[in-house]
Amino acid sequence: MEQLKHLWKRLSWVGRLCLAGIILLVAIAIAAPWLVPKDPMETDPARRLASLPGFLLGCDQLGQDVFSRLIYGTRLSLGIGFSARTFALTIGLLVGLLAGYFGGWVDWLLMRLVDIFLAFPSLLLAIAISMVLGHGLMTVILAIAIVGWAETARIIRGMAMEIRTVEFVQAAQAMGAGHTRIILRHILPNCLPLVIVIFAMGMATAILAEASLSFLGLGVDPSLPTWGGMVAMGKDYLWAYPGLALFPGCCIALVVILFNVLGDELRDVLDPGRKGNWLS
Amino acid sequence: MFEFALRRLLGTIPVILGILGIAFVVLYLIPGNPAETLAGPRASSEVLETMSREMGLDRPLPERFLVYLSRIARADLGRSVVSEKPVFESIIEKFPYTLKVTVLAMIFSIGFGLLAGILGAVYRGGLIDRLCTVFSVSGISIPIFLFGLVFLYVFAGKLHWFPTSAYRAGSSWWPLVLPAFTLGVRSAAFLARIVRSSLIEVLNQDFIRTARAKGLPPFQILYRHALVNALIPIVTVIGLDLSSFLNGSVIVETIFDVPGLGRFAMDAILKRDYPVIQGIVLFSAFVFVFMNFLIDLVYAWVNPKIRDEMFGN
Repeated sequence: MEQLKHLWKRLSWVGRLCLAGIILLVAIAIAAPWLVPKDPMETDPARRLASLPGFLLGCDQLGQDVFSRLIYGTRLSLGIGFSARTFALTIGLLVGLLAGYFGGWVDWLLMRLVDIFLAFPSLLLAIAISMVLGHGLMTVILAIAIVGWAETARIIRGMAMEIRTVEFVQAAQAMGAGHTRIILRHILPNCLPLVIVIFAMGMATAILAEASLSFLGLGVDPSLPTWGGMVAMGKDYLWAYPGLALFPGCCIALVVILFNVLGDELRDVLDPGRKGNWLS
Repeated sequence: MFEFALRRLLGTIPVILGILGIAFVVLYLIPGNPAETLAGPRASSEVLETMSREMGLDRPLPERFLVYLSRIARADLGRSVVSEKPVFESIIEKFPYTLKVTVLAMIFSIGFGLLAGILGAVYRGGLIDRLCTVFSVSGISIPIFLFGLVFLYVFAGKLHWFPTSAYRAGSSWWPLVLPAFTLGVRSAAFLARIVRSSLIEVLNQDFIRTARAKGLPPFQILYRHALVNALIPIVTVIGLDLSSFLNGSVIVETIFDVPGLGRFAMDAILKRDYPVIQGIVLFSAFVFVFMNFLIDLVYAWVNPKIRDEMFGN
């Protein structure tokens, strides 16, 4: 808590704005069932593409309330993004720490694995995974996580290699500390600022990936109100009702911008040495 | 340099084997008989039997993998379940469209990204810099399909500058401009960022001050001294974008109806045409590995220091 307060103080106003926006969105996601004016899944042919009083943004081609679907979409978007990112980060941390700390053939082997996963076009790999596992929520989460872990692993490895050579680690080694202890007590805590930055930026990527999969009809069940799925449904009515595709599209853009900018601001605060350097 | 190229080329072999290994494993992970997956649900029992024999399904797994490798080496990616045309042939036929869109997108993104990045670095902290930052943040964050739909709506639908579908593009370039523009926005934004930050770093160094003290005109300092030194990160980004072309293509080609590889992949996925999907995934993974190889060569050529670092000499 104390550290969070400290972090808040060091953030610029842009960062604070983004953080506040994200907290607000999380609140919306959690409170979605109590916020929606209508049932987001209720179809009604009579309301097809109609704009009626009480339906803030009108109805889509199945007569579902667009506004309620947008609210629920927050839940799916953030939920899937968060789960996928947590999963990817766990694998990435594990692989990155092991490769960076041990070096040698462990490093060689794990990094070739990373190369292989990075060589597949990420969207196609996600598509192939969802073909093997079948459609569903878990599949989407897994597919995004499997695509995302490799980059995390590569960044963490670089960091671990750097920390390994610092004096306090050598001191711990000299005092007879085991590998596990050094990794968990010395290397991991020093990676944490970087992990927070990676997590924020990774959320942006994961949410974009989920939206792209849903847009292509390869995400979760299309009747569920995901933003990407709504854009896909709306694009057939682009000429007459551009709002159907553009509203959910703007929601995606807003959330991704918030996470990307927050990630940037966090990096400036937590990891000033790397300021402005995006790739390493 | 030649030794470097050779060693780097050898380094791609484990990666290529790994890619093939994963594709092979996935084929056996798909529920059902692999021969049936490749031959399609409508295949007769004789076809299935020949297929099984060709794939060596009655033999042990390592031998099957060797059979698989030798088929790939002969550019035999099987036949489409739907059209029954050889997959490799179809890929070669569709690739030019995707390549054209990608090349156009690259030209656009390099031009625009460089310009925005240089302006941002030169007018650092000012209004122009702010605008460039807004451009790059939104370019990276806004989903490519939203850009595509907005461009389609405005430039094709309202202004009628472009056709709404590029399906009958044939050999003309005009219908591909809008898809290329859409595909390029993201990398332009990314490039603008990298160029800006690496230029700022270079511009702060002593030799730039010396050049300025010598009285060189600002344009010459920027062009002769600063940009050349900011080249490495720029090459990285360009390479990364070129090789992940298929990611964006799937979406862009679906929106604009471009008859290229991305659209081909999408159709195959919807029809569960497994040989085609596998072929495209492998093809693009190979393109990626090859592009990375080329990028490393360019690196080593631009900066000899890297040549030594890469092998820890």
